[in-house]
Amino acid sequence: MTLLIVVLVVGLLVIGWVIAKYNSLIKLRNQTINGWKQIDVQLKRRHDLIPNLVNVVKGQMEFERETLERVIQARNNALTAQGVADAADKETMLTAALTKLFALVENYPTLRSNENVKQLQEELTSTENKLSFARQFYNDIATTFNTAQQTFPANMIVSMFRFQPAELFEISVTAEREVPSVDLSLKKSS
Amino acid sequence: MSSGRNIYEQQTYNKRLTLLVMALFVFFLAVLGWGFDLYFSGGLSDDGWIPIGTLAAVTIGFGSSLWSLHRGAKAVLQSSGALPLDPSNPQHKQLLNIVEEMKIASGLPMPQVYVIPDDDPNAFATGKDPDHSAIAVTQGLLDSLSRDELQAVLAHEMSHIRNYDVRLMTVVAALVGAVVLLADWARRAMFYGNRGNTRRSRNGKGGNQLAILLLALWLLAMVLAPILSRLMAMAVSRRREYLADASAAELTRNPMALASALRKLEHATAPTASIKHGTAHLCIVDPLGRRLNVKEGFVAELFGTHPPIEKRIMALQAMAYQRQHATTSA
Repeated sequence: MTLLIVVLVVGLLVIGWVIAKYNSLIKLRNQTINGWKQIDVQLKRRHDLIPNLVNVVKGQMEFERETLERVIQARNNALTAQGVADAADKETMLTAALTKLFALVENYPTLRSNENVKQLQEELTSTENKLSFARQFYNDIATTFNTAQQTFPANMIVSMFRFQPAELFEISVTAEREVPSVDLSLKKSS
Repeated sequence: MSSGRNIYEQQTYNKRLTLLVMALFVFFLAVLGWGFDLYFSGGLSDDGWIPIGTLAAVTIGFGSSLWSLHRGAKAVLQSSGALPLDPSNPQHKQLLNIVEEMKIASGLPMPQVYVIPDDDPNAFATGKDPDHSAIAVTQGLLDSLSRDELQAVLAHEMSHIRNYDVRLMTVVAALVGAVVLLADWARRAMFYGNRGNTRRSRNGKGGNQLAILLLALWLLAMVLAPILSRLMAMAVSRRREYLADASAAELTRNPMALASALRKLEHATAPTASIKHGTAHLCIVDPLGRRLNVKEGFVAELFGTHPPIEKRIMALQAMAYQRQHATTSA
């Protein structure tokens, strides 16, 4: 009799723990999805703004056709991104192309003082900032979610409910390196 | 400086302190009302006697406490002449963009944003909680700071909102305003009483005594209002500023931007005309241009609303150094 009660109590405790753990994992997963959505909003905004910017500066920047094409190319590439890691890679390329374009715009006084260009530049800068803050937020919550899945004893129920670890939105090292070299060479001439 | 509280402890601490401030305010009014009752009835032993003064005072106390919590932010914004943003103005659009950036970085709901048409650079946040909050900056701030510096200042204000500093500060500001209002009423009533309206005094002691009582009340409130605001500000502001500076650096990951913003604000020490005495403790730098806040030492520590800017800049530089050190060694 006593044994039965002990077994029952232990069994109930275990079930209670599984339910609590499952719910907390679901909560974390939803937060991670929500964090990704915030990134996605900013990416869409960026993709919408870039054609506008290119159209405005196109007439003045005939000589920089290559840079403009690279921006368009990078933007179109980014549209086709599949999954978090792929998006992170392609968006980083886009950031590099954009940075170069912004640096070039500084060489054109008529563009620099153009209200339209200024506004688009502000919008893109802000989107870029929002993107980086949203990325920090997403990576933090995704790391928490992954850690919660991997720690013992939660890792025993993770496979049972088919939880997947979240991919981090990381900036690849190669793309990061490209940016400063462009920046330095151009700042001197302006 | 900081006593090592984390954000959640700071939030709880601020909520408790706000309650305490409101309770003290009610208590202070109750004592005044009780004194009034004692004076006019000669004691509490009378049968069937209703302590009308105490009841009225407590009602007013509760009323103004609740008002300060729910409507205080609006009153503070109104008294500083804050105007809503003009979406066609590129400067205002940029401000809105930066606030949105900080909203994402902090994970808080979007506060309302206002601009104060004043050339002196300053900023403050107010509100009941993160869901009902507002940030106001002066036109001078928009004109004199770079984008990064503006971002740092807004991150600082956002941290005040997150820490619930705004709730405490707003309630204090509104209650100090209420005490000033009370003093004003007492003064009017006093002059009214002087004109010879003696019917109200119950035991026939005459209008002179009523006038003396009102004079005492008025003097008390007049003396109390600035002391109250000073003591509150002293208890609440200095540590909070350091904490908000640190959280701002954490949000933007750029401590030097805030340091250079503070440096610019320090050099513009002209008083911010639109910001009243009672709301000084809400601002990022002291709007009254008091020299006290530039100084260090015991008296300044006791009565200044803000820590010396030099000290704040030093703390931020230390953070920047640690940051650099951490990234290079990693």
